[in-house]
Amino acid sequence: MTKEHANWSPYDNNGGTCVAIAGADYCVVAADTRMSSGYNILTRDYSKITQLADKCAMASSGFQADVRALQKHLEARHLIYQHQHNKQMSTPAMAQLLSNTLYYKRFFPYYAFNVLGGLDGEGKGCVFTYDAVGSYERVGYSSQGSGSTLIMPFLDNQLKSPSPLLLPAKDAVTPLSESEALDLVKTCFASATERDIYTGDKLEIVVLNAKGTRREYMELRKD
Amino acid sequence: MMKIDFSGLEPNTSSLRGNLNEFLSGLSTAPEFQIPNTNDFDGFQKESIQMVKPAKGTTTLAFIFKEGVMVAADSRASMGGYISSQSVKKIIEINPYMLGTMAGGAADCQFWHRNLGIKCRLHELANKRRISVTGASKLLANILYSYRGMGLSVGTMIAGWDEKGPGLYYVDSEGGRLKGTRFSVGSGSPYAYGVLDSGYHYDMSVEEAAELARRAIYHATFRDGASGGVVSVYHVGPNGWKKLSGDDVGELHYTYYPVERTSVEQEMAEVSIS
Repeated sequence: MTKEHANWSPYDNNGGTCVAIAGADYCVVAADTRMSSGYNILTRDYSKITQLADKCAMASSGFQADVRALQKHLEARHLIYQHQHNKQMSTPAMAQLLSNTLYYKRFFPYYAFNVLGGLDGEGKGCVFTYDAVGSYERVGYSSQGSGSTLIMPFLDNQLKSPSPLLLPAKDAVTPLSESEALDLVKTCFASATERDIYTGDKLEIVVLNAKGTRREYMELRKD
Repeated sequence: MMKIDFSGLEPNTSSLRGNLNEFLSGLSTAPEFQIPNTNDFDGFQKESIQMVKPAKGTTTLAFIFKEGVMVAADSRASMGGYISSQSVKKIIEINPYMLGTMAGGAADCQFWHRNLGIKCRLHELANKRRISVTGASKLLANILYSYRGMGLSVGTMIAGWDEKGPGLYYVDSEGGRLKGTRFSVGSGSPYAYGVLDSGYHYDMSVEEAAELARRAIYHATFRDGASGGVVSVYHVGPNGWKKLSGDDVGELHYTYYPVERTSVEQEMAEVSIS
């Protein structure tokens, strides 16, 4: 006797791609703004990036309802931190908070694939990349989402720096300037849009540096 | 009749806490996990594991010898056939004299090793002495046993130096805990065992043991597609652990097997168009 399985799943995949690149004194976090469900486009204008702290932004692809719940949870925790410590959370602290938040739902995961970008305590750019249940790693660049398998090899080719695990340690700073990194991100998305049906419409870029935060937009193919 | 007190093994100590307590409590008690409201828990976990596809596929090893414990691991994380990272730290520094290795689910290993580090520190503060490797591995094994059957994937080795000398335990998410002198864990472990077992002597020097560990991981990365990246080698001695080397496996191949120049190549280089 075969068991009847539920036809309803609590999850859906809304697609999309996120990228983050860290530089010597800046960090670029970017995501497309298309939200889809199966072959349907639900909207062309949905932001996947949220600013969690002054110097910290998170981009998440996957199931946007879970992403929104995760963003609200982190914003609430950050507010409590500010009340208790009278200062903003640093990016490495926020990174560990995100990891723990994801792991606390280990048996009913947030279907969210995140990249966290920001400036660390010394003002250097840092990017943290996650899987859906909270394992994380500090890296120089990362991409997540439906277009990540197209973008990551390209970033490896352009930005590959010596592994932080090597001993004797080799210097691992991304040598690009802020404008070069921005161009690189735009190129990534233009190419990913060509070959991934879930990526396109518009690109939202958040740039964090010592002067503050700024947002940029670029049109992508809408087909 | 006295009943055995299992309260230390309970994952959830209280169901009376409201949502706000979740924000303010930190990790003073065991973490509380929400469970999905479904009839078929096992089926749901199977499906969500497919969706989440935890990073697995690895080679780690550790062995005890005259001078202490040698621990080595690769650094590749794979999700199905995709390499999600080549720079994962699989040797986790629990405290300055104890190391843990990571194999299986990356998030499971990272989270529970961090949790173990906290528990070890609490033990130090409560008892005014460092925790033994036996004690630390038992703490971890008991936690993993209480989550047995829920889909955690952890295959770890706890290596350290305590008052009894060097200590090495293997702990896994099935609830197993083994004391031993030589272990290798992961998809590349058969290859690593081959090299490790054939070259092992108790009386090795630190350099010889490090080279043996490095070679064993290298050979595993050569033959196992799910292992690769950078070989990290750590030594745990009476004064704690020290990282000895981190070598890219691709470059290590050419130091072990340098390319021989053949005469044909040299002939082609000499021909020039005039």
